Amino acid sequence: MTASDSAATALMTFADIGKAFGQGASSITVLRDINLSVARGEIVALLGPSGCGKSTILNIIAGLLTPSTGVARYAGKAVEGLNHQVGYMAQSEHLLPWRTVAGNIQAPLEIAGQSRQAMTRRVAELIDMVGLKGFAEAYPSQISGGMKKRTALARLLAYDPETLLMDEPFSALDAHLRLHLQIELRALTRRLDKTLLFVTHDLEEAVTLGDRCVVFSARPGRIIKIIDVPLPPDRDIMRLRYDDAFPKICRELWSLLAPELENSPA
Amino acid sequence: MNHAMKIALRRILIIGVFLAIWEGASGRLMSPFFISRPSAIATRLWSWAIDGSLFINMAITAMEAIAGFVIGGVLGALAGLALGRSPVLAETLNPIINAFNSLPKVALAPLFIMWFGVGYEMRIIFTAIIVFFLVFLNTYSGVRGVSRELVNVFRLMRAQERHLMRMVIVPSAITWIFAGLRLSVPYALIGAIVSEIMASNAGLGYLIAYYASQFNAAGVFAALVGVMLLSFLFNAGIRLLERVLMPWQEVDEQREVTI
Ligand SMILES: Nc1ncnc2c1ncn2[C@@H]1O[C@H](COP(=O)(O)OP(=O)(O)O)[C@@H](O)[C@H]1O
Ligand SMILES: [Mg+2]
Repeated sequence: MTASDSAATALMTFADIGKAFGQGASSITVLRDINLSVARGEIVALLGPSGCGKSTILNIIAGLLTPSTGVARYAGKAVEGLNHQVGYMAQSEHLLPWRTVAGNIQAPLEIAGQSRQAMTRRVAELIDMVGLKGFAEAYPSQISGGMKKRTALARLLAYDPETLLMDEPFSALDAHLRLHLQIELRALTRRLDKTLLFVTHDLEEAVTLGDRCVVFSARPGRIIKIIDVPLPPDRDIMRLRYDDAFPKICRELWSLLAPELENSPA
Repeated sequence: MNHAMKIALRRILIIGVFLAIWEGASGRLMSPFFISRPSAIATRLWSWAIDGSLFINMAITAMEAIAGFVIGGVLGALAGLALGRSPVLAETLNPIINAFNSLPKVALAPLFIMWFGVGYEMRIIFTAIIVFFLVFLNTYSGVRGVSRELVNVFRLMRAQERHLMRMVIVPSAITWIFAGLRLSVPYALIGAIVSEIMASNAGLGYLIAYYASQFNAAGVFAALVGVMLLSFLFNAGIRLLERVLMPWQEVDEQREVTI
């Protein structure tokens, strides 16, 4: 499936998107000529050097930023104002330090006005689902980085958006923890039938998670290439490194990315 | 002996040495007419404690200070939350509020006596105004300091302003609100006592003014000890309230700190 023939059925489309910050002489162009469509149920990894506008793209589809040129559409409609169909998970978890793990996960359910029993039941389910059993009553300051990520993920799932936007959520974690969370994220996204837009600057993470990888140039970010990851949807992430396709696709991505890293200011 | 006991012992030692020097100096280096002496002050306090006048006057001052504290604190926090969340309101009102705040509040006391008489109402309103500004300014900067990213995360999850207030704004501003309240304790006492000194026939401020007019230094010092006791109780009350309202802070304090 390529961008053009999926455009008709796409859940999200970016058409000729450009974005500049600031006015006049001090304005900087961050994104240029972005054309991309994402189908329902797809996992798309956005890969590019730091500062190339990846986060900006997520903010545009969430309705937090308006593009300078072009249109972003969600489910056929131009995004105007906040897009409540998406849930956002950033590099920082943005948990409420004054609430316990359970209290944090419960927040979106409270906003939705659910009954106390319904909330308690759902929070218990989610805590189970993300593997936080026994930590329900801990405060964020008492748990590890990985558990904070799990809490943020559970809160995102409690909100139950159609689409998950994730902005380098695992970049601060060690390799093993990251692998575990990648496995669980892919499984959950598939099982719950979500669409996932995942920003990363880590090439292997993009391959591990993505059905497709979108490679960006250094700022101003353009799409250099969109690659279909030749790995099955039910890939076994633990054994990915035994698969010959994995290093091959990583090498291909590296050949695209490396020149951009040289262009990108440190 | 544990750490807390050692610290307490050191404090007692310092106070003891101070009192001993005072007792020794009185009558030898300086006239007891001016500085009285700890033993005389203790005797005076004891007699007030026995006839109950210490507690009655403390209670009167405490009631005025607490009423002013609660009224000023609540209004200050509400005003701080409202202005903190509404840029238009803040832009309009900030210069006016700052102008009022720059007035020394004590200078207003005579005006208040003129308006509200010399009863407890005047003393409560006077105290409330002092506390209002301190709590308002702290709450306002607390609300302005709330992470806007955090607010956006919740707005994306369909949070309305009332959800934001309850889940994000108030809890994150509450440490600031308490900073304002803690700062207000001495000022609430100043408010109550200054207005008692100026116009009253009861309360610790009245005792201070009365014994000073009688040139009775022991009485003045004994009343001051009452003020210190009151301030100590107030601070303990605030700390208790903080514990109850911010349980997550205690958890954070007890956490072992790393880098
Ligand atoms: N709200 C903003 N205001 C001004 N400049 C911004 C803003 N957000 C991002 N930028 C600029 O846009 C560039 C791209 O940002 P970002 O999308 O965060 O890149 P990436 O996520 O790929 O690292 C950065 O250089 C940053 O300085
Ligand atoms: Mg970014």
